[in-house]
Amino acid sequence: MGWQVLKRRVIPVLLLRDGRMVKGRQFKDFRDTGEPRTAVRIYSAQDSDELVFLDIHPSRESRAAMIGVVRVAATECFMPMAAGGGISTIEDAHQLILAGADKVVVTTAAVTDPPLISRIAKHFGTQAVVAGIDYRGREDEARVWIRSGSEMTAIDPIEHARNLVELGAGEILINSIDRDGMMQGYDLEMTARVSDAVSVPVITCGGAGNFMHLVEVFRNSKASAVACASLFHFGDNNPIRARTYLRNQDIPMRVLR
Amino acid sequence: MVSGRQSEDAVICVVDYGAGNLASVVNGFDQLGFQATIVKNPDEIDQYPRLILPGVGSFRQAMRTLESRGWTAHLRNYAASGRPLLGICLGMQLLFDEGEEDGETPGLGLIPGRVVLMAPSPPHRVPHVGWNNLIDTRDHPIFDGAKRHVDYYFVHSYHCIATDASSVLARCEYGGEFVAAVAKGNVVGLQFHPEKSQPVGLRLMENFAQWDGRC
Repeated sequence: MGWQVLKRRVIPVLLLRDGRMVKGRQFKDFRDTGEPRTAVRIYSAQDSDELVFLDIHPSRESRAAMIGVVRVAATECFMPMAAGGGISTIEDAHQLILAGADKVVVTTAAVTDPPLISRIAKHFGTQAVVAGIDYRGREDEARVWIRSGSEMTAIDPIEHARNLVELGAGEILINSIDRDGMMQGYDLEMTARVSDAVSVPVITCGGAGNFMHLVEVFRNSKASAVACASLFHFGDNNPIRARTYLRNQDIPMRVLR
Repeated sequence: MVSGRQSEDAVICVVDYGAGNLASVVNGFDQLGFQATIVKNPDEIDQYPRLILPGVGSFRQAMRTLESRGWTAHLRNYAASGRPLLGICLGMQLLFDEGEEDGETPGLGLIPGRVVLMAPSPPHRVPHVGWNNLIDTRDHPIFDGAKRHVDYYFVHSYHCIATDASSVLARCEYGGEFVAAVAKGNVVGLQFHPEKSQPVGLRLMENFAQWDGRC
């Protein structure tokens, strides 16, 4: 016992549509996987480091449902929560923060209205703004995609990350669409490049299939956190076991008792 | 030190000045069996036996709001009354003499010192986000029963420099040490979020709820 250091985080991601949990692969073929409140309770009982709620179908109704999910989650669990999906105004961000989110995740608007990042950061503090970057492709061919992976841009993810930090993003959430739901491991190369390119914490997402994938991220990049959507859907894998596994691999993990 | 369940009228006041969400603070006390009330009007705080000053975001904006809504004098008087007062995150920073964000802004002046930006010192990134443990923790009722090596949740870009060493309750290691908790008489500050730190954080909230402000 006795790492006197900031611990690495393992963050379950809950994808939502109209207030229901969904799961997909490569941002497609989403199917309903149940009631988020149940999952939140379980993740809370397992002392997850943090939770991220992402609305994949941003309509007003879907976002309202997500706000409801966050509000209920805030009454039942006492852990950091980030929420995003279709945030396009300060008011959108405010509603989520009032509901109980500590941070908002802004992805599409980071491309279509970059000054929004600055406005939210100015209003709520940079630590309240996570800039999400969804991308396809590898290395120099990688490009940012928006609107839940439905629309391509010509933007390079690394340059985008740098710009967003300049604008006031407190963290970067880099998300590989190609690896999403495939459970074949994270895009270590992109994770390393992004975490080298910026001086804010980087959370990587997309591809976790087993605990060794999480270790690989921390051994091969300067990422501060790993986000997992599919990994924890399977019975034996849970944040408690993940924490133990990583600790045994000498990755500094949170101590609860 | 008061122990056991609070009496019916021992409600905790949670100051609402528009900075940051209070839901988790109130819900945390509720979970523990204590009653916490959100108070928007500074004239009303005097009836409460203990008070929480929460907050996230900008020091400058927060102090401007506190001033314009008439909170500053009431909070100082409350502190002077000897009743327990807990500042959380930005709320702890506001207890200090001044903050340097966007130019110098006077704080509440209850803890000597100032609030400055954390400078990234690789590999340490700013903001300081995540779980970290406290070091050199002094004994204090708020840490009653808390294990020394556990991690609490931090999320901040600024940190406090305390000019009175005796006010420092705990530090944290992050590219150098920074002040993680302060205490001066009945006034306590926590840089981390106890209401986001699950059981170990709730433990501290419970201690606060049962503390009479004396050491």
